Amino acid sequence: MDRTTHRSAAVRDGLGVGLAVGLSGLAFGASAVTAGLSVPQACVLSLLAFTGASQFALTGAAGAGGDLVAASLGALLLGGRNTLYGLRLADLLRVRGPRRLLAAHGVIDETTAVALAQPTQEAARTGFVTTFAALYLTWNLTTLGGALGTSSLGDPGVLGLDAVGPAAFLAILWPRLAGSAELRGLAAGAAAVALCASPFLPPGVPVLLSATTVLVVLVR
Amino acid sequence: MTLWWAVVAVCAGCYALKLAGLAAPRRLLDHPRVRRFAELVPVALLAALIAVQVFTEQGRPAFDPARTAGLLAAVVALLLRAPFLVVLIAAAAVTALVRGVLG
Repeated sequence: MDRTTHRSAAVRDGLGVGLAVGLSGLAFGASAVTAGLSVPQACVLSLLAFTGASQFALTGAAGAGGDLVAASLGALLLGGRNTLYGLRLADLLRVRGPRRLLAAHGVIDETTAVALAQPTQEAARTGFVTTFAALYLTWNLTTLGGALGTSSLGDPGVLGLDAVGPAAFLAILWPRLAGSAELRGLAAGAAAVALCASPFLPPGVPVLLSATTVLVVLVR
Repeated sequence: MTLWWAVVAVCAGCYALKLAGLAAPRRLLDHPRVRRFAELVPVALLAALIAVQVFTEQGRPAFDPARTAGLLAAVVALLLRAPFLVVLIAAAAVTALVRGVLG
C-alpha cells in the first residue's frame, strides 16, 4: 500500500469508530439527566471533560446521592488512563505549542486505539485527527439530544436507562477481562470490596476504596 | 460541593490529565511499575462502578431484578461481539422490559 492508501484507510477507521462510539453520547445525555444533572451540565461535561468513562462515573455517583468529592475523584482516577495514552501518543503526534493544547483534548480510548492501529506515523496522525473530529462532533450532538429527550420524557427508569452506565463500563472493560485471568480476578475483587464497603461509607467512597485491590496484585 | 463545582473540577482535571501525558518526559513510561499501575487501576474502578451501580440503592446493597437482567443482556451482547451502542441498547431495553413485566 502507498501513502495515500494508508491515509485513506486511517480516515475510514477514524470516521467509523468516531461515528459509532459517538452515538453513545445519547446514552450519556440520557443517564446524566436521569442522575439529576441539568441539560447544560451534561453538555459541558461532554464538551470539556470529553472522556466517556469519567463522565459516566461522575453522573452515576451523583445519581446515587453520593458524595460529590468522592465521585469527582473517582472520575479523575479513571481519567488518569488518558495520561498514559498521552505518553504513548506523544512520539507519534509530535505536536508542540497551541496544537499540543488542542491535541491533548482528543487523547482518549478511541483516538488512541485508532492511532496505534495504523501502519505509519503519518497514517497514525490522520487516524487520530479524524477520530477526534468525528467523535467530538457526534458525542456532543448526541449528548444534547439524549439530555433534551430524557428531560422531556418523565420517568427514565421506565426506559431502563439506569442500566446504561454499568453496561458502558462493562463494554470498556470487556477486552481487558477477556485477555487475562489476573485482570478478571482483580475485577471480581474490586467489585466485592466496593459492595461490602457500601453500607458503611458514603456513596462514591467504596469505589475509590476498591482501587486498593490494585496494590494486592502489584505486591504479589 | 454543588454539582456545578463537581462538573468544573472533573472537566479541568480530565483535561490536565490528558495534557500531562502528551507533555511528560518519555522515560516515565519505561518504569514497569508505572505502566502496570496504570493498566490495573481502571480495571478495578470500572468493576467497582458496575457492582455499585447495579447492586446498591441509596448506598445499601440491593437486588434489582430488572437492572441485573439488563447487565446480563450486556454480557450476552458482548459475547456475541456486538458493537458498543448495541450493548448499551440491549441493556436498557431488557431492563425496561423486565421492569415493565414485573411492574
